[in-house]
Amino acid sequence: MSEVSMTVNGRPARGRIEGRTLLVQFLRETLGLTGTHVGCDTSQCGACVVHVNGLAIKSCTMFAAEAEGATVDTIEGQAAPDGTLNIIQQAFQDYHGLQCGFCTPGMVMSTAALLKENPKPTEQEIRSYLKGNICRCTGYHNIVKAILAASGQDVTGIPGGIAAE
Amino acid sequence: MPKDSPSDHGGIGASPKRREDVRFLSGSGNYTDDINLRGQAYVHFLRSDMAHGRINGLDLSEAEEMPGVLRIFTGEDFKTAGSIPCGWQVTDRFGQPMQEPRHPILAETHVRHVGDPIAAIVAETLNQARDAAEAIIPDIEELPAVVDMQAALEDGAPKVHEDLTSNLCFDWGFVEDNKQAVDDAIRNATHVTTVNLINNRLVPNAMEPRVAIGDYNRGTGDYTLYTTSQNPHVIRLLMGAFVLNIPEHKLRVVAPDVGGGFGSKIYHYAEEAFCTFAAKALNRPVKWTCTRSEAFLSDAQGRDHVTKIELALDKDNNFTAVRTSTLANMGAYLSTFAPSIPTWLHGTLMAGNYKTPLVYVNVRAVFTNTIPVDAYRGAGRPEATYQLERVIDQAARELGVDPIALRRQNFVTEFPYQTPVAVEYDSGDFNRLIDKLEAQADLDGFDARRKKSESNGKLRGLGINCFIEACGIAPSNLVGQLGARAGLYESATVRVNATGGITVMTGSHSHGQGHETAFPQVVADMIGIDANMIEIVHGDTANTPMGMGTYGSRSIAVGGSAMVRATEKIIAKAKKIAGHMMEASDEDIELKDGKFTVAGTDKSLAWGDVTLAAYVPHNYPLDEVEPGLEETAFYDPNNFTYPAGAYACEVEVDPETGKVTIEKFTTADDFGNVVNPMIVDGQVHGGVAQGIGQAMLENCIYDADGQLLSASYMDYCMPRADDLPFIVVDHTNGTPCTHNPLGVKGCGEAGAIGSPPTVVNAVIDALQSGGHKVEHIDMPVTPVRVWAAMQDA
Repeated sequence: MSEVSMTVNGRPARGRIEGRTLLVQFLRETLGLTGTHVGCDTSQCGACVVHVNGLAIKSCTMFAAEAEGATVDTIEGQAAPDGTLNIIQQAFQDYHGLQCGFCTPGMVMSTAALLKENPKPTEQEIRSYLKGNICRCTGYHNIVKAILAASGQDVTGIPGGIAAE
Repeated sequence: MPKDSPSDHGGIGASPKRREDVRFLSGSGNYTDDINLRGQAYVHFLRSDMAHGRINGLDLSEAEEMPGVLRIFTGEDFKTAGSIPCGWQVTDRFGQPMQEPRHPILAETHVRHVGDPIAAIVAETLNQARDAAEAIIPDIEELPAVVDMQAALEDGAPKVHEDLTSNLCFDWGFVEDNKQAVDDAIRNATHVTTVNLINNRLVPNAMEPRVAIGDYNRGTGDYTLYTTSQNPHVIRLLMGAFVLNIPEHKLRVVAPDVGGGFGSKIYHYAEEAFCTFAAKALNRPVKWTCTRSEAFLSDAQGRDHVTKIELALDKDNNFTAVRTSTLANMGAYLSTFAPSIPTWLHGTLMAGNYKTPLVYVNVRAVFTNTIPVDAYRGAGRPEATYQLERVIDQAARELGVDPIALRRQNFVTEFPYQTPVAVEYDSGDFNRLIDKLEAQADLDGFDARRKKSESNGKLRGLGINCFIEACGIAPSNLVGQLGARAGLYESATVRVNATGGITVMTGSHSHGQGHETAFPQVVADMIGIDANMIEIVHGDTANTPMGMGTYGSRSIAVGGSAMVRATEKIIAKAKKIAGHMMEASDEDIELKDGKFTVAGTDKSLAWGDVTLAAYVPHNYPLDEVEPGLEETAFYDPNNFTYPAGAYACEVEVDPETGKVTIEKFTTADDFGNVVNPMIVDGQVHGGVAQGIGQAMLENCIYDADGQLLSASYMDYCMPRADDLPFIVVDHTNGTPCTHNPLGVKGCGEAGAIGSPPTVVNAVIDALQSGGHKVEHIDMPVTPVRVWAAMQDA
């Protein structure tokens, strides 16, 4: 067991880990940040996406020890301190971009990374970027729509998918 | 009750923002794996790596000495426990019950599929449990495995269960009395179209893997199981009564936020019983979190039918008979509802949307050395629809008639309609659906789009599909006759609080469907108060009435109806109280917009005045009614509901590579009345995506030795965002269900039922348009299969 320390959602975090402890295990089990989910064990599903030093990574592919000294952002740190959802989270709610909610934290974190590097992505750019995030509920329809809306683009021409009132 | 326009208080027809979303979007959901109990230990299951073998022994000596190991359990520890039960007994063509093998919690004498649990290692940490599993030395003698269903039925085939007479679970005929008439009709038909097809095995793959945490309180003798379930009451009954012998009042089952189910979380699984049992044995909570790799080996899988279907037509192209012969894979054990899927949920839909007078369905269910198969989104109805709509498409081609015209000609047009396969459709309008589809999908413009695709070197195809499904399976006394070992009612308790807010405890369960948002809309409409005054509680046997849970698109149709019944009782009682308070007869009391009035007077009371009186009964009719305002209802429908749809898909096929892309997908559904259009749209999107997944991408494959080849997301192709287009949905042409109070039919499974044949019909149409005489390609229509079919044709 060794000690690891990092900054998570703007606060210092530390804990004792095994060498084989994954970052996602450290977040969920040591820090109790259970918003980051584990949907597979082959780094395919993307439910565990967090940001490490500003880059989106699958936290099941990284040892906690590798994040020593890093700045880590998770879904728990996305809303404002008073709980107000950020623009991406709000768009997911407005356009019904989630159902069971299990893939959602990874989707939101991937979207944040996408919009940082490409503030006005096209539909195809969004679909392509989300290859690493699997959703079984929504058929991605309303996720793509929510991301278009979150990036300030007009979604009125997109078929189907009534938005919340 | 349902209205054309959304109510201003967020009632029926409105699409308010989902309440669930804030916690899911901010990482504060409470999924089972997020729960950690003080002092919990962890279990890891050692699973068989061979499909069939005899257990000679397990050397646990080294593993038991490993750090942190608390105890290692084997099948020996569960000799006195019951078998994991099957909830449906099918009676075969000859009046005999199906063969029903014992299904132990941990393997006893044999392993029967890859993934069959052999031993359970409980340790202080999960890593310690896994490490110890590596040190167990199993002595298992490999036996020949049967994987192919036809081979499994041959004389002398290795038996999955030594104590059964064969690998045949049952040979079912439906309607057996029609068999001769169907045979005659097919013999005498002007034209018979035959299609042989495979409905590919699928892995449901809810994104949240299963989790179970057992807890036992030695002081009280109470057990609690936290589990990823679609129906906690069903798990409590099955596990308590049949496996572990725990009475319901000492067993609480909690299914908190559940990350998708699609059928796979209906069943009672061995791991749930294990964790509950081990919690008492060790006097510590025991937690199991399934990995995705383990889920591929332990979650019940779906579909896996091999079918021959024949459609007979007369000289005027009227359908005269349908005859099918199906092999249905049960896997190695009978999962909870497995026998009902290829029988009562499949055979009863073989009339489809058509007035075919004669139908005979034969199903032989087969044990193989594969993971058990059970309901997956649609459950029997996708299999029925796929056969019927493939054979109709092929018949149209053989006869040179328009596939839509052939369908229209044979549609059922008058309701109620008694099918030759037991069910009676209460309502529908299939022509109106296809009218809507033709307009919405711009079918008139297809030829121009095809020319454009051809100018780009692509083949373009149009696939059409019409379907009907039977949802909200009921009534209980009928399904009991059909072999169900459960009732299929639903329950609700409506608790009006003193200051007027309402808590509804439902036996239904939400795992993505948005009950917490949609259910209050119904109660809000009935009372005329804001939906935000109503809260839904579900998922915990300790605070919800006994209910059967969520599957088969039943939640709003059956659970919603129970809630309506309970609310009606509330309103009746509240009117009595209001009548007393306003010195009027309760028959003269009206409730509208949350206000009680006396007809013909200007007297009125607010909703909150009456609810407060119910709990502070100073001015109260105590000689007539009890204080309090809380009512429970159990609703047992008198028929299934019958959602229907018409779908269109346009594909492009690249003739160089065989790659298929979906260019356009359009639906027109009849869900009856719709409570929350936004949620319904989302259900259709998701269902269609899963159906397109089945048609184009997903395939669960075993090799000849029973090794699962598609055992991870690297090998099992889940639909990704770039595999799918935007999907055009419509459900504005509903014909209300005639027998439930909301007129609703259910929408959860339609997309998955309607889309696979739509896609395959489109691919065949594309290939035919390019001069390739391809009549059928089995799903998934991968590039290699399409390309090979083009070369062979």
